[in-house]
Amino acid sequence: MRQFIVRRAVYSVITLFLLSITIFVAIRVTGGDPAQVMAGPGARAEDVARLRDEWGLDRSWPAQYFSFMSNVFTGELGKSFNYGIPVRKLYFDRLPNSLQLALAASIVSILVGIPAGIISAVKVNSWWDQIGKIVALLGLAIPSFWLGLLLMLLFSVWLGWLPTSGKGDLRHIIMPALALGWFFAASLLRLTRSSMLEVMGSEYIKLTRLKGMPEHIVIVKHAFRNALIPVLTLLGLNLMFMVNVAVVIEVIFAWPGIGSLLYGAILQRDFPLVQGVVIMAGLMIVGVNLIVDILYAYVDPRIRLTR
Amino acid sequence: MATIPAVSIANIARVAGALRQRAKLLQGAPLLAVFILTVLVVAAIFADLLAPHHPEIPVKGAKILAPPFWMEGGSASTPLGTDYQGRDVLSRIIFGTRVSLIVGITGTLVAGSIGAILGITAGYLGKWFDQVIMRVTDAWMAMPALIFAIFLAAMLGPSMWNIVIALGVVYWTNYARLIRGEVLSLREREFVKLAEVAGASKLRIMVRHILPNVMSTIMVLASLTVGVVIIAEAALSFLGLGVPPPQPAWGLMLAEARATLIVGKWWLTVFPGLCIVLVVLASQLFGDWLRVRMDPQLRNR
Amino acid sequence: MSTPLLRVSDLRTYFISFRGQRVVKAVDGVSFTLEQGETLGLVGESGCGKTTTCHSIFRVLPPAGQIIGGSIELEGEDLLTKSPGEMRGIRGRDIAMILQDPMASLDPLFTISDQVSEPAYFHRGLRRRALKERVTELLHAVRIPSPAIRMREYPHQMSGGMRQRIVGAIALAGGPKLIVADEPTTNLDVTIQLQYLNLLRDLQKETGVALIFVTHNLGIVAKMCDKVAVMYAGKIVEQGSVREIYNSPEHPYTEALLKSIPRLGDKAPLYVIPGQPPDLASLPPGCAFYPRCPHVMERCIAEEPEDVSFANGHPAKCWLPFSSRTSDLVSGEPDLQQDKARPSR
Repeated sequence: MRQFIVRRAVYSVITLFLLSITIFVAIRVTGGDPAQVMAGPGARAEDVARLRDEWGLDRSWPAQYFSFMSNVFTGELGKSFNYGIPVRKLYFDRLPNSLQLALAASIVSILVGIPAGIISAVKVNSWWDQIGKIVALLGLAIPSFWLGLLLMLLFSVWLGWLPTSGKGDLRHIIMPALALGWFFAASLLRLTRSSMLEVMGSEYIKLTRLKGMPEHIVIVKHAFRNALIPVLTLLGLNLMFMVNVAVVIEVIFAWPGIGSLLYGAILQRDFPLVQGVVIMAGLMIVGVNLIVDILYAYVDPRIRLTR
Repeated sequence: MATIPAVSIANIARVAGALRQRAKLLQGAPLLAVFILTVLVVAAIFADLLAPHHPEIPVKGAKILAPPFWMEGGSASTPLGTDYQGRDVLSRIIFGTRVSLIVGITGTLVAGSIGAILGITAGYLGKWFDQVIMRVTDAWMAMPALIFAIFLAAMLGPSMWNIVIALGVVYWTNYARLIRGEVLSLREREFVKLAEVAGASKLRIMVRHILPNVMSTIMVLASLTVGVVIIAEAALSFLGLGVPPPQPAWGLMLAEARATLIVGKWWLTVFPGLCIVLVVLASQLFGDWLRVRMDPQLRNR
Repeated sequence: MSTPLLRVSDLRTYFISFRGQRVVKAVDGVSFTLEQGETLGLVGESGCGKTTTCHSIFRVLPPAGQIIGGSIELEGEDLLTKSPGEMRGIRGRDIAMILQDPMASLDPLFTISDQVSEPAYFHRGLRRRALKERVTELLHAVRIPSPAIRMREYPHQMSGGMRQRIVGAIALAGGPKLIVADEPTTNLDVTIQLQYLNLLRDLQKETGVALIFVTHNLGIVAKMCDKVAVMYAGKIVEQGSVREIYNSPEHPYTEALLKSIPRLGDKAPLYVIPGQPPDLASLPPGCAFYPRCPHVMERCIAEEPEDVSFANGHPAKCWLPFSSRTSDLVSGEPDLQQDKARPSR
């Protein structure tokens, strides 16, 4: 198992490097002259030059990249052009909010998706299964931001039960969590269903039944645990996608998280902020994937017990 | 002179035969999905003939924010209502089909092409190429796709083709992975070995032999991911990073609808969104059917 | 006459699909009995219904499979009248099964101890120390070395032969009176097969358990079984003691099976039964074997043969008069590879 984990860790590091280079290059290539943008139209040449010097924008790209990376390693992500506050502070201030939202959405998707998938599989081709299939299809087809708007329409405007935006008490998180979690509930349902179906057709489940084990033992103890393995992988990937979609949800519901931070930064061409946020997002995703891989190694003894 | 009619008849017979063969391929296709897709394509192509009003000009004599015709205050000339500028919602939706379909299809084409090139190269040339391309793919996949797309769209500037490029550049990774896998197994097949032994250049093998055989995989994946690209485009338009107004796009309509959502003008949100759902649903169903259809065929080949 | 351990009477199991339009008569009127401690060999080609018969006894058929008629009496009680809950109590406890593929039979996520102890836990109520001792005892019985260590291992750490013994231990764990072994050695290495068969024989002697052995290998049948039932197209076409069947097979199919065992040193071409097994969804009205039968008569095509019993005492479903068939004694111990024993004509 150790070799497995080490190998995954090395891949993660390589991925992160490639990621950082990509981001770095992308920003520099497409961004135009940041100093000019910052100084604003009609600024004097020396102001622009001063800004350029201050922000180190005149050095060669490799030099910039090098200082950027060494900064990242020491946790220094630069200062936001716009806010004037260190990127790191902005990021970590808003991170907990995004995590809260992601967690809430994950809970929604797990609570809905996995049991629904199990029921669909156990009662294959029944009414439950048909409903499950429809739900899975809709989950892919309904954009989560549209769902968010509809929820807002229903619960805030027509029923008046929930507030439309911002962060406050528990009521504020319900709609964003539902909108965000819906898509993943659908894909978890699909995966759980197919994984369960495959496991339930296996020989060892047949033997477990032939042993006269009660049905709940067959399904929960044996079938589900085996079916869980591929589902776990998806959970990790899901989290990644959630970070994506969260941007729009956060914007709609004015949720003070990383997504809305990023959006604002992009609109205002705030390079250090964009850079920093995207790097951190990438770091998080790679980190989560690594953790999922390690979890996987623990759950499946076939991996745990090899070198 | 007498040979000319003979030749034409032979040609016509051949084309008719080929068409019939193509039509047979579509047997058993999910009718609803095909119907929806056809309607949408027709709407996109003939938008200016079908739409009752001009999508960007407020309708003369119509109220602003008029509701759909079956509600009080609605009118049959603007059956789905009007927006905050008094423009006809139905017309805007019909024209919006153009943006969604064009961006969806071309974006998928770009993504598919990039993915196919990289996938075939990695799968066939192997070793060093494979390692590098796969690492890059992994890194690319670690980037949150939508965020990357948002970022690129913002950098490139709002225009339809920039969006297409941005989306294509972001979504190629699935293709690359899948195709590489296919190519890895194709590589060992006899007709490839035969071409290698016959001295064909690697490029020629990749283009003439490998590519046609992965076509069906590409097509299946394409029809399944068109939906993703369309939703991504809608998200970009929603965030104001898509095609610039006043050209109608469904995502843009949703963004414009936000302000009035609070006061209950639901039709501005529901109808455009419904269209998105329909097109994605239809392409998903079609793609699922296509995948099932293609699979046993592949084995029989 | 004491009640036999198992009495199957006129069992019919059909697979019904496409809303009743397609009916596969997998088991069509099967009857046999088994006494305590006896071993019955169930022989036939793939698709003849032997596995379905076993699954019917356990009532673990796929959704399309339905038991249409007949009875299955275990110590006098008809299993077909039992509720699902009652059946679960019987499975693993009074009857147990050994499956064919040892590599797939065990759950990869649980230890050996966990899987072997399940029947003992659920059916016999053993806990903690008693449970652990029982598991050790069982592993000993199936000749697993160092049971204390092996108990804590996982299936993927064991070879096929060892896994199949674990499956045997699982079968014994509930203390069953009958074990059904569905081709248990087919997927094992040849060198391991004999070991396993000897193990099963010894276990039988020690515990007195009855055994139904499903196989297509007549060599194994000769070694392991007291009685044989030959199945074809969902029916038992001939059954009797091993001696009777090998010495004087009545049914042409049985004869053909015996003839197709190659003999060591015999240079003659291998005998192959001509034709294909029939489609169980569309059986001909007469005898199902008639298209491939070297002795076919007009009567065979028209009428389905019933059991005809002869003076020697074992029934066969065939219209041929007794006098036209004779066989010599079987000589020697049949080899597992079927390359020695063959009755000569």
